[in-house]
Amino acid sequence: MSDTAALANTGLAKFIFGRLTLESFPYHEPILVATFAMVALGGIVLLGALTYFKLWGYLWKEWFTSVDHKKIGIMYMVLGIVMLLRGFADAVMMRAQQAMAFNGSDGFLPAHHYDQVFTAHGVIMIFFVAMPLVTGLMNYIVPLQIGARDVSFPFLNNFSFWMTTGGAILVMMSLFVGEFAKTGWLAYPPLSNIGYSPDVGVDYYIWALQVAGVGTTLSGINLIATIVKMRAPGMTMMKMPIFTWTSLCTNVLIVASFPILTAVLALLSLDRYVGTNFFTNDLGGNPMMYVNLIWIWGHPEVYILILPLFGVFSEVTSTFSGKKLFGYTSMVYATLVITILSYLVWLHHFFTMGSGASVNSFFGITTMIISIPTGAKIFNWLFTMYRGRIRFELPMMWTIAFMLTFVIGGMTGVLLAVPPADFVLHNSLFLIAHFHNVIIGGVVFGIFAAINFWFPKAFGFKLDQFWGKVSFWGWVLGFYFAFMPLYVLGLMGVTRRLRTFDDPSLQIWFIIAAFGAVLIAIGIGAFLVQIAVSIWNREKLRDTTGDPWNGRTLEWATSSPPPDYNFAFTPVIHDNDSWWDMKRRGYVRPLEGFKPIHMPKNTGTGVILSVLATTMGFALIWYIWWLAALSFVAIVAVAIFHTFNYNRDFHIPVEDVIRTEGERTKLLAVQAAS
Amino acid sequence: MRLTVRPNRHYEMGNALSRLRILLLLPLVALLGGCNFVVMNPAGDIAVQQRDLVIISTVLMLLIIVPVMALIVFFAWKYRQSNTDAKYEPDWDHSTHLELVIWSMPLLIIICLGAVTWSSTHLLDPYRRLDRIAPGNAATLNEPLQVEVVALDWKWLFFYPEYGIATVNELAAPVDRPVRFKITASSVMNSFYIPALAGQIYAMPGMETKLHAVINKAGVYDGFSANYSGAGFSGMRFKFHGVDQAGFDAWIAKAKASSETLSREAYLELEKPSENVPVRRFREVAPDLYKAILNMCAQPGKMCMSEMMAMDAKGGLGLASARNILPLKYNISMLDGTSATKNYVASVCTLAEAAREVSDLRSTTTPLDPTPVTGAGLARPGAAPAPFNFTPAPAERRASNT
Repeated sequence: MSDTAALANTGLAKFIFGRLTLESFPYHEPILVATFAMVALGGIVLLGALTYFKLWGYLWKEWFTSVDHKKIGIMYMVLGIVMLLRGFADAVMMRAQQAMAFNGSDGFLPAHHYDQVFTAHGVIMIFFVAMPLVTGLMNYIVPLQIGARDVSFPFLNNFSFWMTTGGAILVMMSLFVGEFAKTGWLAYPPLSNIGYSPDVGVDYYIWALQVAGVGTTLSGINLIATIVKMRAPGMTMMKMPIFTWTSLCTNVLIVASFPILTAVLALLSLDRYVGTNFFTNDLGGNPMMYVNLIWIWGHPEVYILILPLFGVFSEVTSTFSGKKLFGYTSMVYATLVITILSYLVWLHHFFTMGSGASVNSFFGITTMIISIPTGAKIFNWLFTMYRGRIRFELPMMWTIAFMLTFVIGGMTGVLLAVPPADFVLHNSLFLIAHFHNVIIGGVVFGIFAAINFWFPKAFGFKLDQFWGKVSFWGWVLGFYFAFMPLYVLGLMGVTRRLRTFDDPSLQIWFIIAAFGAVLIAIGIGAFLVQIAVSIWNREKLRDTTGDPWNGRTLEWATSSPPPDYNFAFTPVIHDNDSWWDMKRRGYVRPLEGFKPIHMPKNTGTGVILSVLATTMGFALIWYIWWLAALSFVAIVAVAIFHTFNYNRDFHIPVEDVIRTEGERTKLLAVQAAS
Repeated sequence: MRLTVRPNRHYEMGNALSRLRILLLLPLVALLGGCNFVVMNPAGDIAVQQRDLVIISTVLMLLIIVPVMALIVFFAWKYRQSNTDAKYEPDWDHSTHLELVIWSMPLLIIICLGAVTWSSTHLLDPYRRLDRIAPGNAATLNEPLQVEVVALDWKWLFFYPEYGIATVNELAAPVDRPVRFKITASSVMNSFYIPALAGQIYAMPGMETKLHAVINKAGVYDGFSANYSGAGFSGMRFKFHGVDQAGFDAWIAKAKASSETLSREAYLELEKPSENVPVRRFREVAPDLYKAILNMCAQPGKMCMSEMMAMDAKGGLGLASARNILPLKYNISMLDGTSATKNYVASVCTLAEAAREVSDLRSTTTPLDPTPVTGAGLARPGAAPAPFNFTPAPAERRASNT
């Protein structure tokens, strides 16, 4: 009798909770328990503070449900920075493990944990740090640069953000509920197939990326439509600011490549969930197909990350050199060439998988050809500085550091594109050093240049210089200390993802690299302090002009922070440095004739859909089929319901516009008088 | 007031950056002396050529990188805001001549590098038979030593088909004799890499890659997997012994003297996941074991991929193939050591079994289902069995072209 009851119980428990049992919670792993305690404590303090200061309503009304591209952009940046802390914690653990695990020592991480750490590090840094930071930047800047009031599809923008966040939440959940993938960040089968990774790790990977991928693809579509359709009158394609150009190319890449990722992960999930054989060893499956497909997405992804930052460096170099960008036209064509060529190089990620010499040479040479437009870009920045008046403010410092660092990464990249050289360096720490050299030296330095450059636009005050410099030197020196030793180790034949080492002569290099990680930690810490100090001193750092750097493009024409509607009157464009041109031609800000402004209304649908999608992902990961079905039906229902919401826009009353613009007039007058 | 920074100090930042980088190199130079740069100082002719290519490419690129870096620092310093003597041309943004130089200089470098790439990729193709064993030494080119390599979880199995022996986690080859590796894996992807000998190539289940190389200096070298393959990956290391002919004969003799043999059963036991496995030697190996591993049919009763492909090439078995799937206990399928049940295509039979079955067929069984099976590979019941022309798998196919 009791036996049957127990059986029914387990059957019922299995139905309700799927694979999820008490054992799924890693309460026996002290590192994770301690982390959880800290996260829980921090979380409780945060939630308590939000409740105490009655901020929930404010957050919900002004931020979470906002369809304002500026607020969504800022939320993307916050997401990216929060996830940076997690991804960096993983990096520190790897550096510590590798610095310790010599002379028979096993280090402090067992394989089960270490393998998750390096997988999570890669996945988080690419999908949930670099992507949100880049998307956030484009979201914030592009509409302002083209003189638009918002993006083409404001609700879609909010929805995209929350889907990205949903993916990030799934990755974070894997830390405390179950485990993450132990496959490396691209989850090659057969290792990632159900036979060799039966646990929930790879399922977390798949569903986190699928949920976030929806957001990324939709935001790509949104920004393309915005750039193509919503430019201010007079702004022809060849008068677009260069950052907008690079954003356009990036979003074209996103829309063309992310569906491939979605498809390949869908095939992998079919293999894992219903027993198809797309990527199995047996029964007609072919893992090479996965490797090809994932890199057909993966290589354009690299350019998705770097292109907008090339735009940032162009804007920064030109602004702080006080000069027009040298070779605007060739810069645009270089970007287009990179966009197209990025689809013709994917095989260079696996020269060593047995393709023929002609195939390898083809992909090696196309890869090298990409370095020509990239090289042209470096020269264009160089000649923008030539005969300029260079102000070494923080954004420019990051740009100089980028130029010097990136050429080294570019050189080692071209070296890896020579197939026979790749045969000896593939999968080595040399490769790790190379791609951190271009991603940190390019994307991260670019993000910091952009944050320091546009922060005054977004918040109305500049960032603190001293802590900005501490952060700068921490990152730059930290990067060199952390990754130059990896180049050396790669030439000593040390491969990536190793947990323990035999040869004691290698240890010193890993210790230097770990020291570099400490310097980077200082860089990250100083950046957070920089934000805090700047908020504290915001009155001293206040910028009332809206144009603190003597800028060149349209975003500097409006106030800092810009009003909800960005521009009271849509500007007319005559030059690609439109604001510089307006200033030079003695542009006078219109003070009357304001009209009510038509704007989109906030909506909570994005949050609701994302919560449902994340729940569905979680249910699929743990085989909780009823919940998966329920949340899927709910997603469809909410989406259909939302289409019947006709109350989605309003007009900002003209009095509000007059008041807002009047305040700005006063501020500008005070500024002019002082 | 630490927040105020004197404006004339700004320009020093770019400069200080490059100055510090030079300082940074000093302790490294001291350290470099004590290191074994095996990639830069290999012992095999192929790896030496690959090393040369690394150096040639780097030098070619430095031709443009060094001037660019110098110009970045120089322009940053020269055109700093405080240097009011420098020319300032805020509207100068185009120069056709300069643009031509900007685009053509990288182009020229890439043309050179592309030419080097095309020829070297073909000359150093790992599938290509060696045409020399050292620079200018093609005279003593011997028939290559055959080695069949299998990446297991998490150790390496080496077959020496000419000698009928096998070893685990130890490899040897005579100095100056070319070696021809055929490489596959049992379960997941690994990469076979001996930096002193030659560049790596992936070891992938159900696929075969090849590598031709030669070792020119006697010594003991490190070999390992260069592609992450699961929990025991870090311990997937072996020693490669480059020895003279006498030493190699002795090494073979040592394996021949081993008490262990590698039967199918012993292989299935060996195949199970294990970490940091010590060296093992087998004096005898079950026939065609490597071929069975490559075709994913070391497990008794499983149809080999080569058979399946041969049948499919003839049009397949039609509906009969759907009945040919058996649940087999497949013991290595989980990397955590547990086993799982999965459906696999059962092997039809070997040629000998087929012949025996056919001779017994009429006397012992009658077909249960009289409807004709019309797959191109099978004759109608009752008709004399067609001679079964078994075509071995196209083993020469390249892994990634499948």
